[in-house]
Amino acid sequence: MIEIQNLTKSYGRIKAVNNLNFTVEKGEILGFLGPNGAGKSTTMNIITGYIPPSQGTVKVCGFDILENPNEVKKHIGYLPELPPLYLDMTVKDYLDFAGDLKMAGKSKRSRIADIMELVKIADVKDRLIKNLSKGYKQRVGLAQALIGNPDVLILDEPTVGLDPKQIIEIRRLIKALGEEHTIILSSHILPEVSAVCERVVIINKGEIAAIDTPQNLSKGFDAAARLSLTVEGPKDTVLARIREIPGVKYIEPHMEKTGAAVNYVMESERDVDVRRPLFFAMAELGYPILELKSMDMSLEDIFLQLTTDEKEVEQ
Amino acid sequence: MHAIFKREVKAYFYSPIAYVLTGLFIFISSIFFLQNLFGQIGTFNDNLSSMALVLLFIIPILTMRALAEERKNGTEVLLVTSPVSVWGIVMGKFLAALFMLLVMVVITFIYPLILVAFGGALTVQLVGGYIGFILMGASCIAVGIFASSLTENQVVAAVIGFISLLTMWLIDFIANFSGGLFAQILQWFSIISRYNDFSRGILSLSPVVYYLSFIGVFLFLTVRVIEKRRWSQG
Repeated sequence: MIEIQNLTKSYGRIKAVNNLNFTVEKGEILGFLGPNGAGKSTTMNIITGYIPPSQGTVKVCGFDILENPNEVKKHIGYLPELPPLYLDMTVKDYLDFAGDLKMAGKSKRSRIADIMELVKIADVKDRLIKNLSKGYKQRVGLAQALIGNPDVLILDEPTVGLDPKQIIEIRRLIKALGEEHTIILSSHILPEVSAVCERVVIINKGEIAAIDTPQNLSKGFDAAARLSLTVEGPKDTVLARIREIPGVKYIEPHMEKTGAAVNYVMESERDVDVRRPLFFAMAELGYPILELKSMDMSLEDIFLQLTTDEKEVEQ
Repeated sequence: MHAIFKREVKAYFYSPIAYVLTGLFIFISSIFFLQNLFGQIGTFNDNLSSMALVLLFIIPILTMRALAEERKNGTEVLLVTSPVSVWGIVMGKFLAALFMLLVMVVITFIYPLILVAFGGALTVQLVGGYIGFILMGASCIAVGIFASSLTENQVVAAVIGFISLLTMWLIDFIANFSGGLFAQILQWFSIISRYNDFSRGILSLSPVVYYLSFIGVFLFLTVRVIEKRRWSQG
C-alpha cells in the first residue's frame, strides 16, 4: 500500500530524514514513534506530497508521489499536526469545501453527514470553527481527512490536546477505521502506540531505530530477565547466598522496607529461570520471600534506550 | 480550482473587508461623479481613469489575505495535499479577487446610465474604457496575489503590493526622464500607460495582449514562489 525507499530529506547539511525504508500493508495501522524533532512530521509531509523528498521514492497504492502526485493525493487523507482549519467558516461549510477539494462527488452530502456522526461533531455543525474547543477542532480536522473516503490515512499526533475521555474515543475510532483504511499514526505517547498500532516504527534523528510489533519490541530488548525481589532477612547474607545461584548476573539492594525486609533488583541470564532455586535457597536460610515479580521492559524503556545516547545519560 | 474559487468568494463576503472596500470604492467614484453632475460633463471615461488610481490602493488590500493567510493558519497544507495543482490554487484565488472587482465595477454602471438618462450617449469609448479598466484591475490583482505569496503577514503583503503598484504607476515619469533603451524596459512595467489608450477609446489588440501576458507572468511567478518554498521548507 505504501512503499518508502531510501527516503532522505536534507536542509542544507542537516538531514531531517535519513534513508528511511519501510512498507505498510493494506489495512495495517502503523505507529510512528519518536521524540520531538525526530523527523516524524517531515516524513508524513513527504508521504502526503506536501513537501518533496530530497532523495528516494514514496509509492502509495502503486503511484509515485513525484510522478503522479494527483493520483497519490486522491488516495490519502491527511491530518497534519496543526489541523488545517479555516477559523471563520462553520463546520458544515468547511467540510463541504474539503469535500469539493477531495472531489467527493455526488455522494458528498450524505458522506459529510455520516462522517459528522462518526467523529461526533454533528451537534456543532453550524458553529464557527474558531469558537470550538481544541478537542472539537481536532475532530473536525479528522473529519476533513476522512472526507474523500481515502484508502490511506496519515494522522500526525491525532490525540494531542484532547482530554482523557476524548483520547480513548479517538483511539477507538482509529482502531475501527483501521479495518477499512491503511493508517499511519505518529505519536510520542507510547501507551497510545501500543494500544492502537499493529506495528511500530521508532525513529530517532531522522533514522529508523527499530521496526516491529509492540510485543516483539518488548521481547527483543528483554536480553536479561529482570526480577524485583523482597526478602525479609539480613541484607549481606541474602546477597551472598543469591550470588551463588547459577544464572544470576547481578543483584543490588533497591530499598529498605519496613522491618527487616529489603527490596532487591536482580538480573539473570535470559534462558535460565532462577525463581525456583531462589525460592529454595531462601527457604533453606529461613528468610521468607515477601514479593517476587518479573519486570518486563516496557515500551518506554525500549524507546529511551533506542533514542538516548549513552553520553546524554552520563551527563 | 472551482472549490477554491467558491470558498474564496464566500470568505470575502464573510469578512468585513469586501464590504468596506466596495463601499470605499463606490464612495470615491461617486465623488468623481459629482464633477459630471456639476460640470455637466456627459462622458464617463475621465472618471474611469481617476478611479484606476483608486485601484492601486484598494487591490492590495483585497488580495493581501489570499495566500498569506493560508500559510499563517496552516491551511496551505490542506490545499497542497488535495488533488489540486498549484496553478489551480492560484487561479482560484485570482478569479475570486477578479469576481470581487467585477462586483465593484458593475455597481459603477449606474453612473453612465444616469448620464444616458439625462441625454448622454452610450459610446463605444465607454465600453472600451470599461474593458481597459477591468484588464488593468486584473493586472493589479495578479501583482497583489504575487505579493501575498511572498509573506505570511497580511499587512506586509498589502504594503509590498501597494509599493509595487505605485512604482509601476510612477514608472512612466521615470521613463520620461531617462529615455533610450532603459526607458523602453521601464515602459514594459507601466500598466497605466496602456490603460490610457483604452480610455481614449482606442481599442487595439496589443494592450489587451499586454495585460493578459502581464497577468500570466505574475501568476506564473506566484506559482514558482509556492513551489520553491515547498522544495526548500521544513
